[in-house]
Amino acid sequence: MHALDSFCGWLQQTAASQAIQTTDWAVPAVQTVHILLVAAVATSALMLDMRLLGIGARDQALAVMWRRYVPFIWWSLPFLLATGAILIVAEPARALQSPVFLLKMILLLAAVVITLICQVPLRKDPSYWESTGARRRTAKLVALTSLPLWIAIIFAGRWIAYLQAS
Amino acid sequence: MFDPFWQLLQDSRIATAIREGELLFPWIECFHVLALSVVVGSIAFVDLRLIGVAARDRSVAQTTRSVLPVTWSAFIAAVITGGLLFSSNATMYAHNIYFQVKIGLIVAAGANMSLYHLFLDRGSELWTTAERTPLRARLTGVVSLGLWVTIVACGRWIGFTINALS
Repeated sequence: MHALDSFCGWLQQTAASQAIQTTDWAVPAVQTVHILLVAAVATSALMLDMRLLGIGARDQALAVMWRRYVPFIWWSLPFLLATGAILIVAEPARALQSPVFLLKMILLLAAVVITLICQVPLRKDPSYWESTGARRRTAKLVALTSLPLWIAIIFAGRWIAYLQAS
Repeated sequence: MFDPFWQLLQDSRIATAIREGELLFPWIECFHVLALSVVVGSIAFVDLRLIGVAARDRSVAQTTRSVLPVTWSAFIAAVITGGLLFSSNATMYAHNIYFQVKIGLIVAAGANMSLYHLFLDRGSELWTTAERTPLRARLTGVVSLGLWVTIVACGRWIGFTINALS
């Protein structure tokens, strides 16, 4: 952990970090943008997972809903990473030395993988997840995995503020 | 004027438990962030449809029908969790300028929405199915988006002006 300590110490001393630290409104402003992007991802994931579970929107083909909502997830992620990175530069140890931050990143990776697992077959066959009973069950399983993952990511994000390695 | 009432609320058993426990406040906050993400994300989606950016393959009416139940469910959750967070330090929050502005803007967003549903979507049978909505609908969307972005920002600024667990 010594290397991480010195990395955090170094990052905190950089001009970029100092600039953010000395600007009162910078961190809450960046957090606001981060939360707005979280809102876009959470809502899109919820609408798609609800559709996979067969709750509401049955008149809509899954592939059509996927095209409508999933761009919000993929377009938000790079900006979430960018705003997250700015927050890390501002206060390196707060996130990098927090065990929940690592957990959040692992959960994020899992959520991205599960979204891709759902997306890839849809590209070739728009009715893929609805064509057989077994696939419909798998789709439900995907949604039941995806939804708790996104929720856990949001929860972990909030816990970074409270769980600090001391 | 309401201070005695806020004091009473703050002295309640549940508010005291949230204030003095180490886990309750962060956990309620987690659910608050989750709920508000879905509120803001789903409202933004309807706004973007009104403006003519998202879901253009679907009518405004269809979009609101599929999204608004999600919005309202999440809004109820956000009000309950927000109320619990507020109760823990009611006298302080009630006097916090960002909290006051936030509540005012939520009322304004509600008024904007009511105005739209009561008056502006008259004769919407035709244009709600059109790709392009009239100016008044686009304005409603822009105003709503602006209000909700500011509401999220106010929420974040409350956190930076009040230390809940001090």
